[in-house]
Amino acid sequence: MTTNSVSQVATKACLRAKNVSVYYGPFLAVRDVSLDIFRNEITALIGPSGCGKSTLLRCFNRTNDLILGARVEGKVTFQGSDLYDEGVDPVYVRRRIGMVFQKPNPFTKSIYENIAFAARINGYKGSIDELVETSLQRAALWDEVKDKLKESGLSLSGGQQQRLCIARAIAIEPEVILMDEPCSALDPISTLQIEELMRELESRYTIVIVTHNMQQASRISDKTAFFNAESTETGNKVGYLVEYGDTEQIFSEPREQATQDYVSGRFG
Amino acid sequence: MTTNSLPPDPNDLWQPSRGLNKRVEQAVIWLFGLFAIISVATTVGIVLSLLFETVEFFRVVPLWNFLTDRQWTPLFSNPQFGILVLLSATFLTSFIAILVAVPLGLLSAIYLSEYASPKLRKWLKPALEILAGVPSVVYGYFALLLVTPFLQIFIPQLGGFNALSAGIVIGISITPLIASLSEDAIYAVPRALRDGSYALGLTKRETVFGVVLPAALSGIVASIILAVSRAVGETMIVALAAGLNPRLGLNPFVPVMTMTAYIVQVSLGDTPAGSIAFKSIFAVGMTLFLVTLAFNIISFWFVRKFRETYE
Repeated sequence: MTTNSVSQVATKACLRAKNVSVYYGPFLAVRDVSLDIFRNEITALIGPSGCGKSTLLRCFNRTNDLILGARVEGKVTFQGSDLYDEGVDPVYVRRRIGMVFQKPNPFTKSIYENIAFAARINGYKGSIDELVETSLQRAALWDEVKDKLKESGLSLSGGQQQRLCIARAIAIEPEVILMDEPCSALDPISTLQIEELMRELESRYTIVIVTHNMQQASRISDKTAFFNAESTETGNKVGYLVEYGDTEQIFSEPREQATQDYVSGRFG
Repeated sequence: MTTNSLPPDPNDLWQPSRGLNKRVEQAVIWLFGLFAIISVATTVGIVLSLLFETVEFFRVVPLWNFLTDRQWTPLFSNPQFGILVLLSATFLTSFIAILVAVPLGLLSAIYLSEYASPKLRKWLKPALEILAGVPSVVYGYFALLLVTPFLQIFIPQLGGFNALSAGIVIGISITPLIASLSEDAIYAVPRALRDGSYALGLTKRETVFGVVLPAALSGIVASIILAVSRAVGETMIVALAAGLNPRLGLNPFVPVMTMTAYIVQVSLGDTPAGSIAFKSIFAVGMTLFLVTLAFNIISFWFVRKFRETYE
């Protein structure tokens, strides 16, 4: 494991996983991952199915807490403070570390309300109208929906719905956006739009993206972490981090044979 | 692919013998169609028989009088048939029932779906549904012998028969309906929607009331409307506990007579068949049918219009 290749610049680390293991009930899902996520960069987590990349992603904003029987060991820090400290409210964590999911999941509300709803509850004191407009603009959706803000969010196409979900996430001004295979349910054109969008968002936010699509990882990310899975005697899969480094290095001259095999399409 | 060649190849290894099958297929279609027609025809027959008797009734009693008279005195020598009298009683007991059942049913549904542990839910939901299996005559005596005396402790002027305890007990009896159907609707809201809400830094309560309930709204409203039509049609409880005094007004402390209670009274009494009082039960039955039909249509329309389709 060559996880520490980038730790000399650890001061810039925004999110930090140290010896993180995740259990679902009695089953170990992810084993001993240490990884630093850097501010204003896009970090891609890649690897075959069942390698625990989504599970790890969910540790970063404590969405694993919502799964019955899930348990996180090790330490996850955000700007130096432990996310799993006893006094930390997961609601507050999620407020600052947003998430976009695999399948677009707009609320059953109007396009406007999809964005305004959380902002209002979170006590936003500025103009909600402006917030809706800026968020939709940043998510590159404004021009398509500005005349139908009252229509249901579910009336949009899949790609538009996903951009609405991104707009919704950035509206509450988080510092980090976690994206769990945000393009896997989308067509190639919508995928390209979301990728462009992510590159624009990079200057303001720290983005961590889980993707199955290696081209996508190489196109958009600054750093890439490659995960692999191995089967235990009981038959369930345990994921672990194989290699982490600059995206260019991971794709052109990986240190590990498994990474080489995966990025060249030999398995996975 | 020789199996599909025409005419059949005798040398083929695959020789399906579907000659009989085709006739069976036909027979099955006819048989199932027959059963479907029987159930539809029964409904049509009921409505038609109601309709004919109702028309007979209105030959004697003008519709205008039926809708505007303020007395219901079918057995007097100069009978009056003001349906408003019975409607007001039905409205009163149903309204009280809904006041009881909606909060009880909805809050239990929310608790069961969102807050109860899976283990508790597994026990609690069937237990709640058992309530729906209690015969309504039992509820009727429960209202008459338990609820009314209990309420009289606090409301001394409460009659032995009254709309209040009948309404409360109808409410209890339809609570499982609302709870169970609403719980299904709430539980069916995709997990992804909740995750989306949590990911925006919302608490559980904010998620439940801000995201999950609005998404389940059509199912919840449908369950409530269904419960209303059940309350309107409830018979045993009102016949036993609400009294049999046709009285116009919305005073819940006095005995009243609902549409259903009137039908029971006439059907069980010695009112001669063919008399105008006897025919009046069909007019009342028709009114009852139209009211519940209206509720069912509203519910159907509401679900169609507001149902959210998730992929």
